[in-house]
Amino acid sequence: MSPSPASENSGIWKLIFGRLDWSSLPLHEPIVVGTFIMVMLGGLVVVAGITKYKLWGMLWRDWFTTVDHKRIGIMYMILGLIMFVRGFADAVMMRLQQAMAFNGSEGYLNAHHYDQIFTAHGVIMIFFVAMPMITGIMNYIVPLQIGARDVSFPFLNNFSFWMTTAGAVIVMMSLFVGEFARTGWLAYPPLSGIAYSPGVGVDYYIWGLQIAGIGTLLSGVNLIATIVKMRAPGMNMMKLPVFTWTSLCANILIVAAFPVLTAVLALLSLDRYVGTAFFTNDMGGNPMMYVNLIWIWGHPEVYILILPLFGVFSEVTSTFSNKRLFGYSSMVYATVVIAILSYLVWLHHFFTMGSGASVNSFFGITTMVISIPTGAKLFNWLFTMYRGRIRFDLPMMWTVAFMLTFTVGGMTGVLLAVPPADFVLHNSLFLIAHFHNVIIGGVLFGLFAAINYWWPKAFGFTLDTKWGKRSFWLWVVGFWFAFMPLYILGLMGVTRRMRVFDDPSLQIWFQIAAFGALMIAAGIACMFVQFAVSIINREKLRDTTGDPWNGRTLEWATSSPPPDYNFAFTPVIHDNDAWADMKKRGYQRPLTGYEAIHMPSNTGTGIIIAGLSIAFSVGMIWYIWWLAGLSFVGILAVAIGHTFNYKRDFYIPKDVVERTEGERTALLATQG
Amino acid sequence: MSRAGHPDNAGRMIARHPATKRAFLRRIAPLLLLPLGGCNWVVLSPAGDVAMQQRDLILISTALMLLIIIPVMAMTIWFAWKYREKGRAEDYDPDWDHSTSLELLIWSAPLLIIIALGAVTWSSTHLLDPYRPLDRVDHARKVDPAAKRLQVEVVAMDWKWVFIYPELGIATVNELAAPVDRPIEFKITSSTIMNSFFVPALAGQIYAMPGMQTVLHAVANKPGDYEGFSANYSGAGFSNMRFRFHAVDQAGFDQWVAKVKASSATLDRATYVKLEQPSEKVPPMYFSGVEPRLFHAALNMCVQPGKKCMDAVMMTDSRGGAGKESAHNVEGLRHDGTIDVGGYHPVEPGKKGEIAQPAGMTPAADRTPAARGKQAPGQQDGDGHGGGHAGHEGM
Repeated sequence: MSPSPASENSGIWKLIFGRLDWSSLPLHEPIVVGTFIMVMLGGLVVVAGITKYKLWGMLWRDWFTTVDHKRIGIMYMILGLIMFVRGFADAVMMRLQQAMAFNGSEGYLNAHHYDQIFTAHGVIMIFFVAMPMITGIMNYIVPLQIGARDVSFPFLNNFSFWMTTAGAVIVMMSLFVGEFARTGWLAYPPLSGIAYSPGVGVDYYIWGLQIAGIGTLLSGVNLIATIVKMRAPGMNMMKLPVFTWTSLCANILIVAAFPVLTAVLALLSLDRYVGTAFFTNDMGGNPMMYVNLIWIWGHPEVYILILPLFGVFSEVTSTFSNKRLFGYSSMVYATVVIAILSYLVWLHHFFTMGSGASVNSFFGITTMVISIPTGAKLFNWLFTMYRGRIRFDLPMMWTVAFMLTFTVGGMTGVLLAVPPADFVLHNSLFLIAHFHNVIIGGVLFGLFAAINYWWPKAFGFTLDTKWGKRSFWLWVVGFWFAFMPLYILGLMGVTRRMRVFDDPSLQIWFQIAAFGALMIAAGIACMFVQFAVSIINREKLRDTTGDPWNGRTLEWATSSPPPDYNFAFTPVIHDNDAWADMKKRGYQRPLTGYEAIHMPSNTGTGIIIAGLSIAFSVGMIWYIWWLAGLSFVGILAVAIGHTFNYKRDFYIPKDVVERTEGERTALLATQG
Repeated sequence: MSRAGHPDNAGRMIARHPATKRAFLRRIAPLLLLPLGGCNWVVLSPAGDVAMQQRDLILISTALMLLIIIPVMAMTIWFAWKYREKGRAEDYDPDWDHSTSLELLIWSAPLLIIIALGAVTWSSTHLLDPYRPLDRVDHARKVDPAAKRLQVEVVAMDWKWVFIYPELGIATVNELAAPVDRPIEFKITSSTIMNSFFVPALAGQIYAMPGMQTVLHAVANKPGDYEGFSANYSGAGFSNMRFRFHAVDQAGFDQWVAKVKASSATLDRATYVKLEQPSEKVPPMYFSGVEPRLFHAALNMCVQPGKKCMDAVMMTDSRGGAGKESAHNVEGLRHDGTIDVGGYHPVEPGKKGEIAQPAGMTPAADRTPAARGKQAPGQQDGDGHGGGHAGHEGM
């Protein structure tokens, strides 16, 4: 950092503002300034709207401070969707730059800007899009599927959400104040060390991930406890819905893997802040140790992302094939095997760092072995469709698209697991195409299936099909246009993270990829239109049954949206498709005998601690030590203060339960 | 400029070596390229035996996996169609959820494929280990055990490549040459940041890491001018961290060596220290002489005056450490921070072709850099680093 005259001359400036000064604002980057103005205008409109319609009180009471797992789930989804727009904007900027920068042209992005963009794209898409969205779905659905009234630790749930959001805010701040890391999304040292990245970028990265990581870890603990302890009577582990099983495994992975990320980032922070030498070149440091540690987190992370969506596909396939899931127990064992094996493969991310042949073969073969349970899962979905009656509603369309797309991604993944093949494909655009093939084809398609599937549960009306289909086709076709060229470019020996190119024959492929990205952009636009159209036409799309798809699991047994307490009576489980079993045996909703229901109270502690965490991070990032110190003390004070809050629960009175259930009885009666 | 792996070249190879074990693969590879004849699928039609075996492995593995992938995809479409609701398939059975024989099949079919692929992986990983000296020049010819490998020492710098030929006493920047059919042994390290040394036409990549040495054995089989680059992002100048690899016949190589030897520049420590400062788009440079053991010093991060070599430090450590009296020499152990990568300001878009050339360096090519004489930002003054390394510690 080159300090401006102001900070150079006055010690008092440094004391108050640390290394923050006017030159930290990217006023010379017209793209950033333009974005900033747009974001500010948009923000102003939102704030003005909320103020005009006096919604602040409602937002605070019903949403920001809520401990209801359903509302928190919805907030996670909103966070994920907002960050998705940002992450996708980064992707489009990269595609444009790479399509332009040929024949001596430098494109429109300099290295300083471009290198931040590809780093931010990776970080945002993994940590602030995929993670919040899967956490959101799990939060919403898991307690409903096991017949619970909330998660085990409702306050912790609210706190986890706000910590994740705080991480996202920190990463977003870097766009307008200072810079983001220019290191790639895993910030390998020595490049991310203080000697080679002296600016604030890597510090934004570290603190954004550390704060969000606390949220992720605690949410993992919470969901494990919920699934293990709060299942409805009769629901033993082999009667758990498959989505809950995959969520359980994903959360066990979270709890086991995220502390490794926290530790490795803490060591990197020590290197950067206090001059230790864990990952430096000199003084006995070892950058390869960072690479090892971060991938010991990083590979399980991939399965954290995909496992819950495997569960979604299982639920969707079975529901829309009007048939029991084929091979339930083999599905469960496959999930558990994948979760265990995901810890034994991390070295395949750096075969090319010079490990011996035996080490490389071991990790190559363990990686391939994962494809066996994954393949078994795919066959199970296939044989669920076999002898079924398949309704091709949107969730099922996304599922079939997933099955066709993901197999290709899985195949190229196994190819990359062969070490000598990886020597020519590592870090190439072939690799980029592979992991987008599995992450888009698996995680994103799964999330879209899940959104279309469970939207009516959350809001009481289905999503518009016409715009949903437009979005579907643009996405699926756009995906192949965007990533097939990258496979081809990888086979032409083109490596990732390049900003300019020499060979003009490559340009056409980048242009095709850019076209694919634009198709995907149109697909995303259609998805937002789909949401808007559905909300406008919600009366026409209304589902009063609570079970629009003829569902099989417990979440469909209650109303849509479910009441705060989810179930007036805790269901008793006899079969693993609990709701299908209840329907088959002629289940009658009990209409009398309601009791008051014990519920957790809302609290503002989560959002306050998350806000203080942002202040703490800003202090640490900009070396504003007084701010860091004060906000850290503030965090401790609020956390301790919260332990003296004894107003933690309340009862929903019997007559309120009676009234709510009575309304539903009346509504169901009109259905005939 | 001849393109590596142009289908024509691949075609000639077939004519030369018919009826061999892998001839089939050799024959289908150009076919795969037919629709895109103008393109350069270098990974699928490389010019070196190691890369060729890696290509074969890609094709074998893909074929093995397609054995299961194609039926799965076909079944997906078939089942989706046959059992669609409107199809009213008659064998609808909502409670059918288990079949032991099918379960056995769906676990064992992938298992068998993976056993086959695992066997291929185990043997090929050992055979194509970059550390293992080559035993064949190509699929038909063995390496002559008496012949010496060409030694090349590689240092990745921000953001250019230094190649030292220790036996020939020459060095180059961003230009590499080797005679065809002669095995090459690369010893690779980096000056500051992790890079990856990759010539796709020649062989797979291996990382170039500071303070560490990696090794790559390779051989070029077809003369040509190929591209090499860093395959691991290393900062602002990464995109322009490219070099040419000339595979030439022995006479051509001798000529090339003579051309390098004709240069007046030599690569001594002072020059190396200047070169080490960040710069990008560096045109090829030739050095007719190299200070002995320069690569050893680069590997041990002690080229700069006053620095202690890491191997010497490790030796001291293994003998129980240096004790308090050495505390004054901590600066001699510092390497990070001596090269100002963070302060480097790259070429701005729109200012085409502006080359941040290390000061005092003359490019080998006859073109003159646009920014001649202009120092790269963060460039150290070269004075005072000129000589006096005789008493350098650790050497």
